[in-house]
Amino acid sequence: MTEEHPILETRDLTIRFGGHVAVDHVSCAFKRGTLTAIVGPNGAGKTTYFNLISGQLKASAGQVILNGADITRASVPERTDRGIGRAFQLTNLFPSLSVRENVRLVAQAKAGLGFDMFSVAESHIELIERAEHVLAEVNLIDSGEQIVSALPHGDQRKLEVALMIALGPQVLMFDEPTAGMSVDEVPIILDLIKSLKQDIDRTILLVEHKMDVIRSLADRIIVLHNGALVADGDPAEVIALPVVQEAYLGKVPEAA
Amino acid sequence: MLKTLLSGDNPRSKVLSLVLLAVVISLALAPFLFPGTKSLETAARICIFIVLVASYDLLLGYAGIVSFAHTMFFGIGAYGTALALSATGPTFLSILWGTGAGVVIAAAFALAIGLFSLRVKAIFFAMVTLAVASAFAIAVSQASWLTGGEDGLNYRIPRELTPAFKLLPDKVFGVRINGKLLNYYLVFFSSAILFIVMLRIVNSPFGRTLQAVRDNAFRAEAIGYRVIWYRTTATVLSAVMAALAGSLLAIWLRYTGPATTLSMEIMIDILLMVVIGGMGTMYGAILGATIFILAQTYLQNLMGVAADATSFVPFISHLVEPERWLLWLGVLFILSVYFFPSGIVGRLREMKS
Ligand SMILES: Nc1ncnc2c1ncn2[C@@H]1O[C@H](COP(=O)(O)OP(=O)(O)OP(=O)(O)O)[C@@H](O)[C@H]1O
Ligand SMILES: [Mg+2]
Repeated sequence: MTEEHPILETRDLTIRFGGHVAVDHVSCAFKRGTLTAIVGPNGAGKTTYFNLISGQLKASAGQVILNGADITRASVPERTDRGIGRAFQLTNLFPSLSVRENVRLVAQAKAGLGFDMFSVAESHIELIERAEHVLAEVNLIDSGEQIVSALPHGDQRKLEVALMIALGPQVLMFDEPTAGMSVDEVPIILDLIKSLKQDIDRTILLVEHKMDVIRSLADRIIVLHNGALVADGDPAEVIALPVVQEAYLGKVPEAA
Repeated sequence: MLKTLLSGDNPRSKVLSLVLLAVVISLALAPFLFPGTKSLETAARICIFIVLVASYDLLLGYAGIVSFAHTMFFGIGAYGTALALSATGPTFLSILWGTGAGVVIAAAFALAIGLFSLRVKAIFFAMVTLAVASAFAIAVSQASWLTGGEDGLNYRIPRELTPAFKLLPDKVFGVRINGKLLNYYLVFFSSAILFIVMLRIVNSPFGRTLQAVRDNAFRAEAIGYRVIWYRTTATVLSAVMAALAGSLLAIWLRYTGPATTLSMEIMIDILLMVVIGGMGTMYGAILGATIFILAQTYLQNLMGVAADATSFVPFISHLVEPERWLLWLGVLFILSVYFFPSGIVGRLREMKS
């Protein structure tokens, strides 16, 4: 493993809210081209762990290392520039803008055009084409003109994923991407994640409750419980562990 | 051509296009269509306020930032030009350096306020702008050795911009072709150019980013936009535009004082004009400024006529007495905000679909 450095690593990553330790000394390394499922009961700290990696929350202790660089103190946009992409558990879009504009804005950010004041935004055809392309991937092409706030919930979830895809990051973090989606929409997202997985340059972190989804996608599972990493390994092994069985016993399947 | 000029941002409503066209043509031909000093004063004021209101819309409507310092920037531009004309004489060079200095100072103030307070909650920024603007207004009225205090500054402007300067010996369509006319067209064309520049800015990638920041700053950060820099840049741009509008006012009026530039009353007027016209539309600035200033200028006269006409009806004539014009202006605003929550422009666009 000398030449295969992990693309992303957290070392003793910890955050406290008052006395409550939401993420507790989590050390974990993620290899390039893998898909890791992160499981754990409600309130286990999965989303908080993501927030520490993508920068929305700042660690109380520990480090986040990306491609060998310490990014623990880096701002959110800086981490985005360095290749971290995030799709949120609670849909987090630009509600008064159109579906296409939402995605176009991501393409625009990636192209570094945000401070261009002199050209007309719509004249950058390549950004619009990029947006259309991504919308086609998530099956939203027909809703391009719609204003996001008027979009059905399932479509908003798809758009949430589309914004991350448009960013084309090295590390993709999905936080329950299929929660709240109707049965016929779920496969669209799962197929999308599967095809993203084919790309060996991408590393995927997936928070997901549905065990069948995890089984079919994950190379590895880590289990968080009360903020601590309690299990880590092969999907089949981890699922069989008593602690996982226990953690999921009280859990209603399908709950978001 | 027109599409390029408007940066592809068409009015998107037939009625709106017609109304805008009517306003622009009226302003362009104001000296010929509405002869008389008062109407020309009104037309120039409308031009200047279109720029001022549009620059506020850039901040409020597009970037979602509430500021109470807009009249301060307007005043900095006006005082810059006024002081330069007083200090170095009525030359175009004075105008140039005075305007330049005003713009630089306004930008520096905006940058400082932005960096200092845009990181935190929106309400905090609003409070800071309110405090700074109030302090500035007090400082200007105290420093009477420099600013003329409450009385303000009277000064001369280049002769080429005054009635004394005759271009043609004869009248054209009954209008004297003199420096005053030149002055009006200086105001008109400068305002038109500034408006077109702002229309381009809001339709540029930068303008789109501002809308993203306004809609969801949290997500804008997560897709790589440094929100604080976008907000600060918007604040600086809007301050620079306001300062330029102030400079135009200083040249046009040949007078600059707290009441015409810095007062909280003007700040509230600007807010109302943006809201009435329609926030985040730019064209709303044209309608808002025009309607508001026309009402402000002529409502009193109109009511005088109405009071005379109804003098035999005791209660009604009392209600429409000219001194009550402010009350009626207030009623007008409440009604318009109630019936057009998205402003006149928003309303006209909805009607189409
Ligand atoms: N900003 C915050 N301030 C205070 N407490 C927080 C904050 N964010 C999260 N927490 C707490 O941290 C714990 C972990 O929350 P988190 O959202 O990470 O759980 P989760 O594993 O994502 O759960 P779920 O499956 O419900 O999404 C919870 O107890 C939560 O209340
Ligand atoms: Mg969560």
